[in-house]
Amino acid sequence: MRRLYTSFLSVSLLALNTAAFANESVQKGSQDPKQWVMQAGNYANTRYSTLDQITKNNVAKIVPAWSFSTGVLRGHEGAPLVIGDVMYVHTPFPNNVYALDLNNDGKILWKYEPKQDPNVVPVMCCDTVNRGLAYADGKIFLHQADTTVVALNAQTGKVEWSVANGDPKRGETNTATVLPVKDKVIVGISGGEFGVQCHVTAYDIKTGARVWRAFSEGPDDQIMVNPEKTTSLGKPVGKDSSLKTWQGDQWKTGGGCTWGWYSYDPDLNLFYYGSGNPSTWNPKQRPGDNKWSMTLWARNPDTGEAKWVYQMTPHDEWDFDGINEVPLVDQKIDGKDRKLLVHFDRNGFGYTLDRVTGELLVAEKFDPAVNWATKVDMDKSSPTYGRPLVVAKYSTEHNGEDVNSQGICPAALGSKDQQPAAYSPKTGLFYVPTNHVCMDYEPFRVSYTPGQPYVGATLTMFPAPGGTNMGNFIAWDATKGKIVWSDSEQFSVWSGALATAGDVVFYGTLEGYLKAVDAKTGKELYKYKTPSGIIGNVMTYQHKGRQYVAVLSGVGGWAGIGLAAGLADPHAGLGAVGGYAALSNYTALGGTLTVFALPE
Amino acid sequence: MSVVTDIVEKHPNRRAGKVCLALSVFTLCAVFGLVGAAKADSGPATPGEDGKYTDASGDPTYNIDKDGKTDWYTYSGFRRYHSECHVCHGPDGMGSSYAPPLKDSLKRLSYTDFLAVVAQGRKNLENGQEKVMPELGLNKNVMCYIDDIYIYLKARSDDAVARGRPPDHEAKPKAWQDAQDSCMGAPS
Ligand code: HEC
Repeated sequence: MRRLYTSFLSVSLLALNTAAFANESVQKGSQDPKQWVMQAGNYANTRYSTLDQITKNNVAKIVPAWSFSTGVLRGHEGAPLVIGDVMYVHTPFPNNVYALDLNNDGKILWKYEPKQDPNVVPVMCCDTVNRGLAYADGKIFLHQADTTVVALNAQTGKVEWSVANGDPKRGETNTATVLPVKDKVIVGISGGEFGVQCHVTAYDIKTGARVWRAFSEGPDDQIMVNPEKTTSLGKPVGKDSSLKTWQGDQWKTGGGCTWGWYSYDPDLNLFYYGSGNPSTWNPKQRPGDNKWSMTLWARNPDTGEAKWVYQMTPHDEWDFDGINEVPLVDQKIDGKDRKLLVHFDRNGFGYTLDRVTGELLVAEKFDPAVNWATKVDMDKSSPTYGRPLVVAKYSTEHNGEDVNSQGICPAALGSKDQQPAAYSPKTGLFYVPTNHVCMDYEPFRVSYTPGQPYVGATLTMFPAPGGTNMGNFIAWDATKGKIVWSDSEQFSVWSGALATAGDVVFYGTLEGYLKAVDAKTGKELYKYKTPSGIIGNVMTYQHKGRQYVAVLSGVGGWAGIGLAAGLADPHAGLGAVGGYAALSNYTALGGTLTVFALPE
Repeated sequence: MSVVTDIVEKHPNRRAGKVCLALSVFTLCAVFGLVGAAKADSGPATPGEDGKYTDASGDPTYNIDKDGKTDWYTYSGFRRYHSECHVCHGPDGMGSSYAPPLKDSLKRLSYTDFLAVVAQGRKNLENGQEKVMPELGLNKNVMCYIDDIYIYLKARSDDAVARGRPPDHEAKPKAWQDAQDSCMGAPS
């Protein structure tokens, strides 16, 4: 992680705009800690900043310096960007974009208001969130709810190009940011609850022309694997590696969506992401491993070809949608320097892999409540190597249709959803926002209609046994697969974390608190209640010598749906009502950006 | 679309009958008030011969015995609600940050109002709201079970069933199974 320590303070905005290679503007920008040029802070997705004006010793003194209302009520995920002296703020649907002048108290330089068909709104499974903008080569990239990818001139807000990546009438929508790499923009798609055959697509960064598209399931040419060269757990995947694992042409409505986070290693020239749940949620209706849903992918951004794949949850039976972020770190394992990739999956296992080869190094539960599998088989000579060992009692496939499988941990929203973790190279620890929620799950028959939900399961969620807290914020050692400390939270932690060189870690809570904790111990150092619940990600930047920490509040998303009324305990017996805290007693809707700093 | 909506609009006082949507690929029959000429005697729930109950005005309703055992439709409605509606309307009809609590809506809405909103959808785009109730009239996973969902929500609305899964239910009636098979297509 040496790169992160080097600062490039001399890089000016002008230099960024005239960079010879598209990825240079992103890479250099992310090495300048004063800016925040991509959602994850850097290509490695560590969400770590070398800024150290705010430290664990003075963070208790920070105060809101300024704030900005986005004018939109729905759930606010993602974070603003800072490029030079301009901050770029996005909103959920209708996906407005504001450019704010940091030299002029956040005056609005320009505003972009897309016109989208409101019929896209009900096709988005879980609120109309958007996880933010990207920047490269003087352009701001917005991937709208209706799957239109737009390149805006960063200075004027003028549309330079736009392209439709999918069709909302078929249930194809978007909530994710995009990844600019070299001369391309790489984008994913949502629609796992609508039977979409999901894919990643690369567009030319200058023109928006489509360069390649790689599906998560289907024939080899569609999924862009090379049967001899693409490997899984060290072996070539072979011919028809996906087709063989589906009944008939069910792969055509197979899901495996790609709405999560993308990381990139410039030295290996590989980008990494996870594919989501197979459609439908009724496992009985789609026999087979359903490859390559629920898979970690390493692809070459130039050609789209996959170098390796690893399927975490073959034949998903719980909606453990595998799209969470894939941060890249260099750490020692057994005394040896390794290029690692770390992934906290919805299924409750924290995975550490060699990102060069895809070799599985660590797979351990990051929430002790996880019970659907005893462990991941790490024995290379075993026929089930790399597979989770599923507990029959919690197997909705085993128990079958119209049977309510009870007490499965985690719930479908996972031990962790998309809310991204941060990593500090100073402590060598990951800081992970988690859910501590279990479920009953009953699959039943559904039929597929294009553009209509294709779910096929009923589920009931409740806090994990033994307590009433629905979340934890944990520190994780990915080289050992161990929790180092854990702070309990009343609600699921649905906000992305930020780690800084000041030895502080920030995150938000669903009640609306921005919290700062000690990176070493997890001790709470500061909290402030923002106007609404936080499902956005914390970011930091420096302007005119002052370090700022910013976060979007605005409750919503899955959390706003599942937790608004409070969870009930289905096992508490007849007549138990609203057993657990209702989020609606703590916070109400409304999008606001709050920016914190030390007093002047 | 909107064979269903047409019928709902043209026959707002329809008591019983079967609505079939002729689509290019399949025929969708939503079974509305299948019980037919139920006797409109007093008491909230009149049993039909097929395990389905109706109220005094002939609209479908729930039945819960003294031990808390529900009719099959209430139970089936619980399942379908939590598959098709709860991602917006919240668990147990309790509402979310996005869509209203149907538990309360059904205190106001009649059976036909309910069918109309579900089949036609509704938009509310004023004042920073971005609320869209989708048009579900062509969705078999909803329309084949629309009475079940209504019955379940009616029971929630009257506080006749608690939050969560109804603890016990009557057996699956054959008429229900037959209606499902003809509506959804036979199991593959
Ligand atoms: C994609 C989100 C979404 C889904 C899925 C959804 N609804 Fe809605 N529904 C809404 C919204 C939003 C409103 C409120 C619209 C408004 O404000 O006018 C609404 C309104 C309604 C109303 C009118 C309520 C009132 O108080 O007038 C009914 C009835 C209803 N929905 C039933 C259903 C049923 C039954 C299902 C499942 C079969 C369902 N909805 C699925 C979003 C949804």
